[in-house]
Formats: sequence, structure tokens, C-alpha cells
Amino acid sequence: MNACVQGLYLVAAGLFILSLRWMSDPATARRGVTAGVAAMTLAVVGTLAGLTAGGGTHFAWILAACAAGAAAGYPLAQVPLTAVPQRTALSHAFGGLAAGLVGAAEYGLGFGRGDPAALPSFTVLALVTEVLLGCLTFTGSLLAAAKLQEVRWLPQRPLTWPGQNVLNLGLLALALGLGGALVLSPMAPWGPACFLGLVLLALLFGVLFILPIGGADMPTVISILNAFAGLSAAAMGLALDNRLLVVAGALDGSSGLILSVLMCRAMNRSFTHVLFGAFGRLPPSGGPAPAGSYREDTVDSARQAMLEAGLVVIVPGYGMAVAQAQHRVRELYDLLRRQGVTVKFAIHPVAGRMPGHMNVLLAEAEIPCEDLVELEEINRDLPQADVALVIGANDVVNPAARTDPGSPIFGMPIIDADRARLIYVIKRSRRPGFAGIENPLHFLDKTFMLFGDAKTVVGELARQA
Amino acid sequence: MPTAAPPDLPAAHGAPDPWGAGFVFMLATFVGLMAIQRVSRLLHTPLMSLTNAISAIAVVGALIVAAGPGRPPWITALGLLAVFCSTTNIVSGFLITDRMLKLFRKRDGASP
Repeated sequence: MNACVQGLYLVAAGLFILSLRWMSDPATARRGVTAGVAAMTLAVVGTLAGLTAGGGTHFAWILAACAAGAAAGYPLAQVPLTAVPQRTALSHAFGGLAAGLVGAAEYGLGFGRGDPAALPSFTVLALVTEVLLGCLTFTGSLLAAAKLQEVRWLPQRPLTWPGQNVLNLGLLALALGLGGALVLSPMAPWGPACFLGLVLLALLFGVLFILPIGGADMPTVISILNAFAGLSAAAMGLALDNRLLVVAGALDGSSGLILSVLMCRAMNRSFTHVLFGAFGRLPPSGGPAPAGSYREDTVDSARQAMLEAGLVVIVPGYGMAVAQAQHRVRELYDLLRRQGVTVKFAIHPVAGRMPGHMNVLLAEAEIPCEDLVELEEINRDLPQADVALVIGANDVVNPAARTDPGSPIFGMPIIDADRARLIYVIKRSRRPGFAGIENPLHFLDKTFMLFGDAKTVVGELARQA
Repeated sequence: MPTAAPPDLPAAHGAPDPWGAGFVFMLATFVGLMAIQRVSRLLHTPLMSLTNAISAIAVVGALIVAAGPGRPPWITALGLLAVFCSTTNIVSGFLITDRMLKLFRKRDGASP
């Protein structure tokens, strides 16, 4: 029986690898989902078969838990695509919670047996890692989901206070110390208390870890949490001596790692910089010194300029996602295309609220794939563009990243909207953007501002004159 | 030395082999890095939703905990809650990934 179970696990592990391989190419992506579903089915069937043969119980309860999980999971898959980042964060939280619960149960079981052989040091090390990662992923992801959902009681701006990093690192060190003590003497009478302390510290650390992080940095953070959720599953595999868990968890961890690195690179930040500070940690200057005054224009003349253009490049950003303006953008796209104008979308890797979010939003509005152009490619076209229309994007088009070594975002790859012949910027308010960084693009001689909600303004632009 | 392996652990296939598992972890990490290295930027969001569902493989551990016989009820309860969480992720993760990929496909079909 054990050979059968391990055989199924082996096939499942191979299918998980194929699933990721296929998912990295648009042509085979859907096959990747099929392979993933097949692998998960084999894993569950194999486990249940092994448990049945091994005298497992509580199957009615397990069935009920699965049914409840499916009932909760189905509506979570039907959310609007603008809410996908929250959903993803929420499911990282579920993943972390599951790992934490299993880790706690395993420790409780081993300790309750009173036999040191039940908890060898290696197993305890794996359990401690699993619980630490699982618990901090749980609270951290819940908080991230709440921030993305923009719940009212939570400030959107990063929360910082003096000594924050020292406090966070101190808490982490304390948690690691407790974990170390458990590894050295897992059967000590204070073991359970120590374990509980570890859980509480990890839960607290998850909250403190996310508090200083602002909405604009969510793409990186959500990728890091993705990696943590995977690593906690891998640690569970090490603790349970289950190779399938190790493989699947490691795959998830490496995927999260790659996405985090890509997001960091797209913002020209190092990993440590992202984790330990500088998020919104800008000098509280007495209001930014404006480099000039805004020049405004009417929607009608903006529409006219675009209708007369040969090439219009639209730069959508975070603001477009927040205003849910993608369907209005599609109407504008249709209007311009009917007049023979070439329209392209410039997609910055960190535009939107999670990696790749902008592509999904524009895909939902049925904008063709080939008109979504990546940063490097669109920068070659922008000098020939007659109009660049910036919708709710700020830092990703800030030329200071190219020219001003003193700017906090200096060195970040940007979309060169300032190289277009004429620039229109749709902006919600006159205040500087989310990060509080002044954008010289807004004050160029060829830049005109259209103030207002992105959805409303784009809707007016798209109206047939 | 064969430890006093409790009969209720289905994963008990001989003594645990930490180094073996460590090697598997290392190799799987590199396989993952190489498989995803060239992921299209178009697919970042679906990829994360898919790996969400894959990391719900924790359901295996949750089932093992929940189904063990003769355990204190609180252990079984933790296991069942973990089964619930993992199932939620499996169902929502795969479904939403498929939903997003359908959008991309429809778009490809619509374009000449």
C-alpha cells in the first residue's frame, strides 16, 4: 500500500513541475492548470487511500471540512478581477494558517506521546520553521488583504515609528531564540509554553512586518508572502517526512522568489531595502517644492489631439486599477482605433496592485494581447508617439528616476512618457502621488493635466464628439 | 535504529531521512527556479494564483493530522480546520487561474 501511495506522490510531483513549466508560456498556460489539478487530485487520492488502509478515522468530518472549503473557495474564485490581489493575499493567509495549525498539532502530538524519539531535533527544527513562517504569513497576509481592500479602519499610508526595525528584528530574534530552545530540548516541561510563545510572536511579527508597507509596494510584498506560504508547506514536508510536500512547497517558494526579484528589479530596490525599511520612509519635507505650476486642458481638446494623432501610447497605473476605469479605457481605445489611430499600452512590471495585474485588468476589458507592450519595447516607440496618455500612473513615468540622483526612485526603470510629443496626465488630485514624490513630468511645457476621477475623465474622453 | 513509529502515521516508511529530504528540497527549488525563470509578464498574476493552489498541497499534512485515530479532539479539530483552509485554496486557486487564462485566450481568438 505504501508503495502505491508513494508512486502516486511521485507522479503528482512530476505533474506539479510540468504545471509550472507550462504556466510560464501563454500558449501552454491552460494545460498547466490541468496538470496542477491532476497532480492535486492524485495527491489527495493517494493520501486518503493510505489513511484508509492505515486505520484512519473521522472521514465524515473530513468530508464535511472539504465541502465547507469548496463552498468557501468557489465564491472566492468569482470576485471581480480588480479584487484579485485581495483574494490572493487572503489565500496566502489561508495557506499560512493551514501550515501553522498542522505544525502546532504535530508538536502537540509528539509532546503528548512523551517519547523523545517522536520528536527528533530535525523534526522540531522543521516544525519551528513551518509554524514561524505559517503564522507570520497568516497575519501578514490578512493585513495585506485588508490594506488592498482599503478597509476603513486601516490607514493606507505606511505606518512608521522610531525604532521600528529594531523592534521588529528584536521580536524576530526572540522568536528564533524560542525556536532554538525547542530544537535543543523539545521534551522539556516548558516546551508547550515555549511553542505557544513562538506562535504568538510570529503572529505579532506578521502584523508589524506589513504595517510600514504602503499600497504602492504591494506587488513585492504579495510575492514575498507567496514565497513564505510555499516555504512553510515545504517545511511541513520536512517535518512529516513527506517528499511531495517538500517538492510542491519548494516549487511555490521558488516561484514567489522569482516574482519578488522581478518586482524588486522593476523598482530598483534591493531585497533588504524592501524588507527592512525605506518603504515610504521619505523625509517629511515641508510640502514638496513644486517645480512649476500645473497646466490644465479641457477634455475636448485632449480628445481632439488624440484623434489627430498617428500613435497614442496609454500608460495605465495604480490609479486606473483603483478607479476601475478599464472598461472606459476600452471605449477610448475603440474610438481612436475607428479613426485610424494606432493605440498601444505601456505596461510597467509593477503597474497595478500585484505582479501582472494590469495585464489581467486590460484583458478583461478585451484589449488585444499584442497592444499590451512591455517597458523596454514601448520606450523605443515613445519618441515617435504623438500623444502619451498617463492614467493614474505616477512614479513609473517620473523622469527624475532617470535624471535626478537625489530622487528616492533614481535608477528605477521607467516608461519614457516624457519623450512623446504631447503628454496628457489624468490625475485624481493636485497633491503629489502615493509615495509623495514630486513628478517633473507634470510641469513640462508639453504636458497638460486632466484632473478628476480616472473613470469619469476617460469616459468623457471616449464620448463621441 | 527503528524508532517506535506509531502505527497511525501513514508516512512511516522506515526511519525519517532528513538529509534525503533536504536534497529533495534543494533540487526542487532549482527545478522551480528554472521552470519559471522565463515566465511571460502577461502571466504573473495567473502564475501566482496557480502556485497558491499548489501550495495548498498542505492538505496532505492536514489530512494526515485530521484522520489519525485515537488522538485528542483538539488535534483533530486543528487538522480539520487546516483541511478546510487548504481546500478553500485548492478550489479558488485553480478556478480563478482558469478564469483569467480564459480571458487571455478569448482575446487571442478575437484578434486577427
